[in-house]
Amino acid sequence: MELLLATTVAVVVGAAVYLMLTRELLRVILGGVLLSYGINLALFMAGGVEKAAPPILNSDGVPAQAMMDPVPQALILTAIVIGLGVFALLLALGYRTFEEHRTTDVASLSGVEHE
Amino acid sequence: MSNLVAAPVVLPLITGALLLFFRRRTWQRTISLVSVAAGLLAAGVLTARVWSGGIQTFYAGNWPAPFGITLVADLTSAAFVAVTAVAALAVLLFSFHSLERRQEEHFYYAAFQFLLVGVNGSFLTGDIFNLFVFFELMLMASYLLISLGGRPMQLRETLKYALINNVSSGFFLLGVAGLYRTYGTLNMADLAVRISLSDSGGWLTVLGVIFLVVFGVKAAMVPLHVWLPEAYTAGPTAIVGFFGGVLSKVGVYALLRTFTLLFVEDVGFTHHRLLLPLALITMVVGIIGAVAQTDFKRILSYHIVSQIGYMLLGIALYTPLAIAGTIVFVAHQMAVKTVLFLCAGAAERVTGTTNLKRMGGLLTTHGALGALFLVAALALVGVPPLSGFFGKLTLVQAALEAGRFGSGATALAVGLGTLFSMIKIFRLSFWGDVLGDRRINKDSQEFQALLVPIVVLVVFSAAMGAGAHYVLGYALEAAQQLLDGQAYIQAVLGQFPPGGDTRAATAALVPPFALEP
Repeated sequence: MELLLATTVAVVVGAAVYLMLTRELLRVILGGVLLSYGINLALFMAGGVEKAAPPILNSDGVPAQAMMDPVPQALILTAIVIGLGVFALLLALGYRTFEEHRTTDVASLSGVEHE
Repeated sequence: MSNLVAAPVVLPLITGALLLFFRRRTWQRTISLVSVAAGLLAAGVLTARVWSGGIQTFYAGNWPAPFGITLVADLTSAAFVAVTAVAALAVLLFSFHSLERRQEEHFYYAAFQFLLVGVNGSFLTGDIFNLFVFFELMLMASYLLISLGGRPMQLRETLKYALINNVSSGFFLLGVAGLYRTYGTLNMADLAVRISLSDSGGWLTVLGVIFLVVFGVKAAMVPLHVWLPEAYTAGPTAIVGFFGGVLSKVGVYALLRTFTLLFVEDVGFTHHRLLLPLALITMVVGIIGAVAQTDFKRILSYHIVSQIGYMLLGIALYTPLAIAGTIVFVAHQMAVKTVLFLCAGAAERVTGTTNLKRMGGLLTTHGALGALFLVAALALVGVPPLSGFFGKLTLVQAALEAGRFGSGATALAVGLGTLFSMIKIFRLSFWGDVLGDRRINKDSQEFQALLVPIVVLVVFSAAMGAGAHYVLGYALEAAQQLLDGQAYIQAVLGQFPPGGDTRAATAALVPPFALEP
């Protein structure tokens, strides 16, 4: 199971890097977002992947059986929310940049000159 | 447990939310000014309390460490929060008179408050995942602030800044995942305990390098600095002053914290072999970049990179004196870098340009600005008795004591380069014949108001220099605290026995509501 997940992370991150290296603005942004998703998946594996009960205690405060570690899932939840915010902001920023520069070619957005 | 530790984070958070509802410009200004002034007061009291009573901690919701969210104020973070508050006050006062109306109306002040939440939170957090969250908060606010105004260059540079930092945030999470997988905790004090108990066999060094890359991007360490000069040149000058002074130092602080508390297993490699050359390269590349420019803001932006090198040098040398030098240098830079950008902003307001070749003769028409810039520039260069001298002196002395003569020589040579480019700014923009137009008169109320925050920060820098004996004493104490680590661990974990297995401990954890009788 871990091997499968690790392979998935590798594929997703690989796709993200490929997208980020292209010259199309939207693809670069999507690459950035895909990267954060790939890393979220890696974060998921940090808690270990195994079969276990949900982390809920009985009424007497003791675990019924071996429980899953909930911390990485809480971390991913936070990271996904933050990632969504960054995604929205990047898209808006990308669109405004396209409006002002009339291009989505990343190479033509290089340079250091002032307007 | 002290609620005061949370004040520098909670106060701007509430203020930022309030500002979203009170859209009138006078309300916006009044509320943010009151909040920043209250924040300064809280930071001052906090620093005094840490100095007299030792490390202060705050456990959110009374959840015991390492399970809950912990905020920790030790000497280093308290001092940084306090200097940040001074810089924030000055920048806010400057913003009132330098921003365009439409910038002010588009949530400038709210974003500024959220930026403060992120910065103060990063300084105070005791948990590495919270550090990530506060970093993201700070970055989101900074994307908005740099692009505010929507000029084509601003949008272009913000996009690059955002994309690069997005990748670095990804690496941050990867590092967090690695740490959690290995040690089963993310609380920094708990991590330090577990790291000292186990031998990772080099794996910790790998994680350390990941975090070095992450914080290196935030701190603009060469070769990860490429986003900084252009992004900072593009933004509105008032806020760029705060970015240049404070924001890039947050990355340095994160390095200072993690590379004295966590990643100290193999100091010979991570600090001496890796960080030391990077620090020297950062210094040299930054100064070469600065010397080549003729734009007021861009010269200052490259100087940020160069000065970051000094701070990294202190961490890389890893002796009490060197760390103390870094702490003094960071505090000095927070004030002086901000004031230099504010001078650039005032010059821009007067002449309508930041191009040095089109603003000559400012000393003739606006003498007070020239005098204040000269003092700030000399402080940056490190002329005694101003604040920069003592930071550099301590760092160079530490380098020589450690037998790193090359590093000491480089630091001094780069200081010469700093002097050169400061002279260049002064010669081109303040001396010579009057060039370009003058939009506001030196007797006008607006110009006087622009000078107030500049005076505040220059006085602060001079006071740091005059009270160098006390500043250095404080910094040495703070450095000891950082290098020792035991005081930090004791303050955070206190009565909670560390080192247990998190899975077992979580299962045994009694929720806080059950603790109440």
